Amino acid sequence: MSDNNIDKRDWQTHPPYVHLDYKSTTFRGPQKPLIPIKHSLSELSVPAFGQGQMHEHDNDLTINGRVDGEPIGERIIVSGRVLDEYSRPQSGILLEIWQANAAGRYIHKADQHDAPIDPNFLGGGRCVTDENGHYKFTTIKPGAYPWGNHYNAWRPIHIHFSLFGMSLASRLITQMYFPGDPLLKLDPIYNSTPDVKARERMVSSLSMDTGIADIALGYEFDIVLRGLSATPMEQ
Amino acid sequence: MSDNKLKQTPSQTIGPFFSYALTPEQSDYNFKSIVSPEMITPETPGEHIHICGSIFDGNGDVIKDAMIEIWQADDQGHYLDRDTPPSSEVFTGFGRCDAEVNSGFYFNTVKPGSIGVGHAPHINMIVFMRGMLTHAYTRVYFSDEMKANEKDEVFVSVPADRRKSIIAIRNEDNGKVTYQFDLRMQGDNETVFFDV
Repeated sequence: MSDNNIDKRDWQTHPPYVHLDYKSTTFRGPQKPLIPIKHSLSELSVPAFGQGQMHEHDNDLTINGRVDGEPIGERIIVSGRVLDEYSRPQSGILLEIWQANAAGRYIHKADQHDAPIDPNFLGGGRCVTDENGHYKFTTIKPGAYPWGNHYNAWRPIHIHFSLFGMSLASRLITQMYFPGDPLLKLDPIYNSTPDVKARERMVSSLSMDTGIADIALGYEFDIVLRGLSATPMEQ
Repeated sequence: MSDNKLKQTPSQTIGPFFSYALTPEQSDYNFKSIVSPEMITPETPGEHIHICGSIFDGNGDVIKDAMIEIWQADDQGHYLDRDTPPSSEVFTGFGRCDAEVNSGFYFNTVKPGSIGVGHAPHINMIVFMRGMLTHAYTRVYFSDEMKANEKDEVFVSVPADRRKSIIAIRNEDNGKVTYQFDLRMQGDNETVFFDV
């Protein structure tokens, strides 16, 4: 097996392990240099996830957490495509998302933010991309919330995304942000990418075509994963 | 390299509040899980093993808000093919554990076979946590496979004084096989992470 047959992690795009503006990285990010690895099947394989593993309403967060009514907040459709660096659609990709509710509160037991829990909103969902790499979620627009990083720190509104690509090497966890959010320029997590332009790839765009007229606005968010190299392999 | 190549989407931290979506049943949320740390049934072929460990930060404090994933071959050294979607009937080789629940991670799985000549049995591990913006890859090798480890290209590419950080220590007690594998994010004994 030759090396370099999956494109390298782009370290101008992905944040460094220690990014001092995000204080928790100080004692958690590895500090020794990463050891280069010659790829084998270990890095180039990963399990597939299928439609058969999805449950009804897994991709509709306005339904999957209901107890006795509808969740509160602005309903939105978040959709897009998963591609590799060569624009090839990534089909059969598992996407998992999680987010705060409209008031900026996570249902997680450890979230102590003094904002109401919505009894009809869980904030978790998942789906598998279709043959063209498309995915779609129906959800509630999340709220901003404060966190302890520095005085009066607030996270811009965001939805967490977890994805499996075609290999272990293309695994990705990221966050989708919303266009025009004034908190973006203040957020040390968003601003952690070495390349300034790279951060903009995490901002979704408003789309009047992908929502549902008079029901929900649409936000589009395409995700690019590392792909198997299209160039000849070095022997 | 073509000029119109797309750029990768940046990684961001998993944050502290992932468990109701990614590990819901382990953490007692009302949502179905699709992966778990319980990777085997009593019928799964191979030596059944329990792998566990704690995660330590640079101060030596235990990290709990972390998620660990593993991906491994079966006892015969075969990775599950992409044409076979994971199900309860087959050993998928993929596991996920929320470190919050047990103040550490564990997996009940089988000891993998070698995937080929020059490869010692190993498990691929991915570490995600609040306070880490990009996930980290490591490998779990086995203390009872030192002969094979020393012929493994990846293992020997690691500086000799750091190799012990990626060796899980075997313990047998009443027929139950446990491997201890702690992760140290920083410090003199920092775990080896790979640029996968």
